[in-house]
Amino acid sequence: MNLTVLKRVTIISEALLEERLLADLKRLGARGYTLTEARGEGSRGVRASEWEGNNIKIETLVSATVATAILEFLAERYFPSYAVVAYQEEVEVVRGEKYI
Amino acid sequence: MNSWHLVLSNLASPMVLAFVMGLIATWVRSDLRLPQELYTTLSFYLLFSIGLKGGAELVHTPFLEVWKPILVTLGLGIGIPLLAYLALRRLGRLGVTDAAAIAAHYGSVSVVTFSAAQTVLVTGGFKPEGFLPALVALLEAPAILVALGLARLRTGRANGEGVQEALRDLLTGKSIFALVGGLLIGALSGPEGIKPVAAFFLDPFKGALTLFLLELGMVTARRLRDLAQAPRFLWVYAIVGPVFHGSLGVMLGTLAGLSVGGSAVLGAMAASASYIAAPAAVRVALPDANPGYYLGMALGITFPFNLTLGIPLYAALSLQLHGGHG
Repeated sequence: MNLTVLKRVTIISEALLEERLLADLKRLGARGYTLTEARGEGSRGVRASEWEGNNIKIETLVSATVATAILEFLAERYFPSYAVVAYQEEVEVVRGEKYI
Repeated sequence: MNSWHLVLSNLASPMVLAFVMGLIATWVRSDLRLPQELYTTLSFYLLFSIGLKGGAELVHTPFLEVWKPILVTLGLGIGIPLLAYLALRRLGRLGVTDAAAIAAHYGSVSVVTFSAAQTVLVTGGFKPEGFLPALVALLEAPAILVALGLARLRTGRANGEGVQEALRDLLTGKSIFALVGGLLIGALSGPEGIKPVAAFFLDPFKGALTLFLLELGMVTARRLRDLAQAPRFLWVYAIVGPVFHGSLGVMLGTLAGLSVGGSAVLGAMAASASYIAAPAAVRVALPDANPGYYLGMALGITFPFNLTLGIPLYAALSLQLHGGHG
């Protein structure tokens, strides 16, 4: 089977940021994403609003360059004031050309 | 009905008791939990129903009757955040960002407090004006804008996104959209037109409100924990502020020609602190403000205070100002 090595970037954040994060991902070169609702606990604990929902987890498959761009942008734009966790992992993807 | 009876019948109402049940459920760590989607759905349902009913009432109210209450409401929406900001800065020695964030919440309105006040007064035999929901819609946004504007003036920059972006988010946000959408639909359909949907949107309203308050009791208990580290001044302000704003609302409502019930409900509106529209806007525009403070105060202290003692207090004041006649 033909497998491509790509990065999977996972972002867990307060649900309030959903629209903004998705727009950022598109702009930085991600071709798609998977979004799930998430619950958990971390250093910040407090959420802005029950009304906006709890947390979300966004996963996206991208090239290494795009992954770095995304993580750098998140660190600069959101880490100081919002509850956001982000990391990347190496994954082997079927039909890898779809994602870059 | 005198005010003492109003306090008692209010405390023994299913709404308040359901709220207390929610508080207890969290304190004893019961696994009672309503799904997140239900909380969102109920919020939308309440906002939309209030709008629908208010809109239908609004169309057959002559403009001469509403222009004064409208002016007074706008005055409250601009005045309260300024007063709150000054008090928090001068007396509470709070930072600009936190003071502005809290001022935005206290200036804006809590729709559930409004509904509870409306229900209590109707049950007590008073007749608050039917167009009041339109005033709720008017009171939601201005205070948030004033407070965000203040923060921007004092810090020279918004530390989150621009005020413009916050404004767009605020006006297209689901809470204002649901309320204003309901108002417009109600106004376009008229009192006869909404009859076919009344069985779904109007009749079960109090039941839905009671269920929502049960959930809100659980949220409140969680929020109170966040408040543990807050300065003591904020605890005091969360009760003194609303009493002051509420009295101002009752007085101005009376001056604007509202009935006993209407002035009392306007008082409760002025006294209430938003916990839907304001937190979302503030989180975006002032991300450095501590959500533990503004939500803890609005939901943990001010909301339960208004629900139990505040509403009867504003009703009593309104009765006094109207010369004791319902």
